[in-house]
Amino acid sequence: MYTCADLKKGLKLMVDGEPYVITQFDFTKPGKGQALYKCKMRNMITGNIYDRTYRSGESFEPAALEDRDMQYLYQDDSGYVFMDTKNFEQVSLSEETLGDDHYFLKDNMEVKILLFNGRGIGITLPNFVNLRVTHADPWVKGDTAAGNNKPATVESGYNLAVPSFVETDDLIQIDTRTGEYVTRVKE
Amino acid sequence: MEPNWALARKRPALEKRARIVHAIRAFFVAGDFLEVETPHRLPGNAPELHIDAIACGDGFLHTSPELCMKRLLAAGYPRLFQICRCWRQGERGRRHLPEYTMLEWYRSGCDYRALMEDCEALFATLCPDGQLAGVDLTPPWERLTVAEAFTRYGSLSLDEALVTERFDEIIALEIEPRLGQERPTFLLDYPAGHAALARRKPDNPHVAERFELYIGGVELANAFSELTDPDEQRRRFEQEEAERRRLGKTPYPTPEKFLRELALLPDAAGIALGVDRLVMLLTGAQTIDDVVAFTPEDL
Repeated sequence: MYTCADLKKGLKLMVDGEPYVITQFDFTKPGKGQALYKCKMRNMITGNIYDRTYRSGESFEPAALEDRDMQYLYQDDSGYVFMDTKNFEQVSLSEETLGDDHYFLKDNMEVKILLFNGRGIGITLPNFVNLRVTHADPWVKGDTAAGNNKPATVESGYNLAVPSFVETDDLIQIDTRTGEYVTRVKE
Repeated sequence: MEPNWALARKRPALEKRARIVHAIRAFFVAGDFLEVETPHRLPGNAPELHIDAIACGDGFLHTSPELCMKRLLAAGYPRLFQICRCWRQGERGRRHLPEYTMLEWYRSGCDYRALMEDCEALFATLCPDGQLAGVDLTPPWERLTVAEAFTRYGSLSLDEALVTERFDEIIALEIEPRLGQERPTFLLDYPAGHAALARRKPDNPHVAERFELYIGGVELANAFSELTDPDEQRRRFEQEEAERRRLGKTPYPTPEKFLRELALLPDAAGIALGVDRLVMLLTGAQTIDDVVAFTPEDL
């Protein structure tokens, strides 16, 4: 069982017999009062979003899910198709289910697919992915401040903020958990 | 290797933070407050049901410097301030860090009303243009009692909320987001049971002289007229401590030296203001993570 101290973004738990994932979490505490745990949760089957506020002392059942190693194959009308390389079983996930994660998929990428009653309802990507910058504003000569940033687009169409020295055609590493730039990659 | 990007990008916020802390210090020094440092590790904190300390060796990290600050007041220091790290177990959210920076200041010879004027004056130096994220800082700020706030914004009256034990929930979810939107709000006069170290109002024993400051829906500071009666303070500590133990929390030793010296405490008032949240407000940051160099997750 989980307690309120376990609640955080990404935690999967059962509510009324269905699996939910916490998509936004905030701990709040009025003055010297009792702690409140504000959760925005997505039903992992229907996609519906609910707001729930829990108080310390409540407990939660972990979601009955199976995480299976799979490989990304291709995208078709049904969505994004993945295969279990041991038994060649395939599942398909919609773009909606994947959210921003679809920007970070590369052919033959090894991922974990989350199954509930045999149905694919979520994905865990490798923590880092390398993608090529297809557009970034030119580097302004003299702009050497390490903290400055500018917008860029990578090959999958994903937009993110990068340091000012990153240029078009650079290969960069992105943290798939936060969607943020990590570093340039030498080829 | 490239510099750590997540750290490098915080530079403007950290520079602003340093300027704010310098301005706070200059404000209190100019007001003839003595800056002090008190131990961060204590045998025990003032027992409060909903505040958990982090154990450290054979003691605890302090959750507030209040006990030592009040012992200094009792020894005759008239005006004191401290900017220090405080620790609270399990508090992590958009506006909470388990280790954070607190500004506390204390004045003797006055009650909590003088601290409201201090807050107004402090912000006049921090925001010379009299505006903060659309909030008009021109004094006097709104003074709203807890009872009025429940009537105005709550789905229950204050009495109903207390009886059904929904006081904290209604404050946090219904009232707080509405406070300090056009000008800052002092939410004042808490039910006596919700102010463990505050003096009761001389003309109404059900109400304690405690206030919280809100700007833009953010709780920024907690203050009260100090309770100066050692016997009543001991009874309240025993009550809170019994409740803490009932819930299986690590017992604190009774702060005997504090209780003994409390008898010498003159009329006084003290306030604790969250510096990280203040910097959030002044920089427009959406999370507390943006105004500190490192969060616990970054270590």
